[in-house]
Amino acid sequence: MFGEYLLYQVYSFFLAKIMSNSTFIPGQPVTAVVQRIEICKLRHGDNLILGFSIGGGIDQDPGQNPFSKDKTDKGIYVTRITPGGPAEVAGLMMGDKIMQVNGWDMTVVTHDKARKRLTKKNEDVVRLLVTRKSLEEAVKHSMRAPNNQ
Amino acid sequence: MDNESTYSGYSYKSSHSRTSRKHRDRRDRHRSKSRDSSIRGDKSVTIQVPREPLLDTESTRGDDRDDNWGETTTVVTGTSVDSISNEDLTRLSKDLEESSPLECRRFLVPALGGVLGLFALLTPLAFLALPQLLWRDTLDPCGTPCEGLYISLAFKLLILLISTWALFLRPPRAALPRFFVFRCLLLALVFLFVASYWLFYGVRVLEPRETDYRGIVGYAASLVDALLFIQYLTLVLLEVRHLQPAFCLKVVRSTDGVSRFYNVGHLSIQRAAAWVLDQYYCDFPVYNPALLNLPKSILTKKMSAFKVYSLGEENGTGNSTGQSRAVITAPARKRDNSHSEYYYEEAEVERRVRKRKARLVVAVEEAFTHIKRHREDEQASSPKHPREAMDPREAAQAIFAPMARAMQKYLRATRQQSYHTMESIIDHLQFCITHNMTPKAFLERYITPGPTLQYQDNSRGRQWTLVSEEPVTAALRRGQVFSLRRLDFSLVVTVMPLPFLSLGEEFIEPKSHKFVMKLQSETSV
Repeated sequence: MFGEYLLYQVYSFFLAKIMSNSTFIPGQPVTAVVQRIEICKLRHGDNLILGFSIGGGIDQDPGQNPFSKDKTDKGIYVTRITPGGPAEVAGLMMGDKIMQVNGWDMTVVTHDKARKRLTKKNEDVVRLLVTRKSLEEAVKHSMRAPNNQ
Repeated sequence: MDNESTYSGYSYKSSHSRTSRKHRDRRDRHRSKSRDSSIRGDKSVTIQVPREPLLDTESTRGDDRDDNWGETTTVVTGTSVDSISNEDLTRLSKDLEESSPLECRRFLVPALGGVLGLFALLTPLAFLALPQLLWRDTLDPCGTPCEGLYISLAFKLLILLISTWALFLRPPRAALPRFFVFRCLLLALVFLFVASYWLFYGVRVLEPRETDYRGIVGYAASLVDALLFIQYLTLVLLEVRHLQPAFCLKVVRSTDGVSRFYNVGHLSIQRAAAWVLDQYYCDFPVYNPALLNLPKSILTKKMSAFKVYSLGEENGTGNSTGQSRAVITAPARKRDNSHSEYYYEEAEVERRVRKRKARLVVAVEEAFTHIKRHREDEQASSPKHPREAMDPREAAQAIFAPMARAMQKYLRATRQQSYHTMESIIDHLQFCITHNMTPKAFLERYITPGPTLQYQDNSRGRQWTLVSEEPVTAALRRGQVFSLRRLDFSLVVTVMPLPFLSLGEEFIEPKSHKFVMKLQSETSV
């Protein structure tokens, strides 16, 4: 089941207009339908691991990203999830775009910065805001369903 | 008044194309007086009456006549009675004007310069010869040093002679309206210089009969040195100073808008004008007056559009304003079609020209396959069919026949028929055959309009008028405009200074060209 829904700006006509996962209008805050995911880090030997791999960043080549809709999107994407790891348990899925980590923005960061924000040694839990395409459709369905009833 | 009317009459005719002039010329023979005054004038208010013989109009329309018809009519009737076609007249006057008049003024300055130069060259020899001739006995004997000076003098004089011949003894290519300032300055300088040397010589050597011959030879040698330096100055002022580009001249032909840009150095207006004309004859395509007119169908349509004034109330309801708008836009819409007509007419003309060009190319290619060069060592193919060897002229005439019609049609389509006579085409064909040219090389002369030099013989001079608001010996400055006028068109020249360039340098280490693949890393967290 889905976790909580958090909408940055709640307007029904905005939702109707959202074709892609998030709307990027230069100069305006990014609007997206996001899911909050809480991952507890697992201690594996000397490190704390989360169980997924990230790709992307503002210093990377966005054209090579297989998961992004818009090939100029330089955000951080989840490229692989170790089966049975904490990320899979928490509900993270492959292809998710990470928008925030513990309140820190992840849409305009370098790859290395993103890695550092996820692997802070003094944190046991990371709270991510992720977005994916299926979320938007689910919201549309749920918006429509109460009207039908 | 007299002169004004005749001149305006001629210029009106000469400014139009030759073909339309022919029609007008035929009409002019039956011209009525009312038509005359309407052409000439800003004063007469007569109605145009076509093709009435002269006597009738004179008798019936005397009252409406312009006051000055008495003076002007005589000249015009003179023309029509003599029945010289106007075309002939303008051609005659053009011929007279085109040949450069043999004015004495044209040769004055070069002749003066020549005399002065000769005088300056002979002066050192005179300096040396006069003491020997006049008081040889009393001269100090002068051995080796004098002979050394003789040798150096001889060679310097030889160098002066050769460089004078190379630089200055050239026929002048242009007759400028005003004196060439630098040249006059230099001539004056040479004259002053030689005169002052003679003065000194006369007072200090001839009078007291100076005996120091070595000093006299040294004096003559110094004169030759100074002459060499003056020649260096002349070279710099007349030949070298204007070589470094400083201005950009934009030259636009007034009739069809063909324009070119040229870089020149520091020149006076008249020198720049002469230089521009040199380039004009090579760079500008020939002026073809037949190409300028818009097709008649479009022009007449445009002129027949009429205005509509709506007399309804201004503050009316939507209905009335809608009506008035509809009334106004109907003729406006009719007027607007002329541009689309022009577009289609242009497309049609272009298509026709392309078709005729295709036919011409095929005809010429085929014609060229009929002949081939005969080699001396070739044997005849068979004794029964001896091929007679023709010279190029006969060969050209032989293959001209199949392509003549296609050529004529093409020239007529591109309105070039007045520039190429049959003789000239056969001459060109002969020229191409002699030099082993391909059909394409033969056709380049007719497909692209060449520079004016190609079409006109240069045996006579050309008359141009320099029209300028500033004195023509003034130097070129930013923003000056002057024009060079001929009978039927003019070249307008605008002066723009070239920008000052400040070049910076940037050194790139050759080893600093390195490339990396774009990043796409994946990190597991």
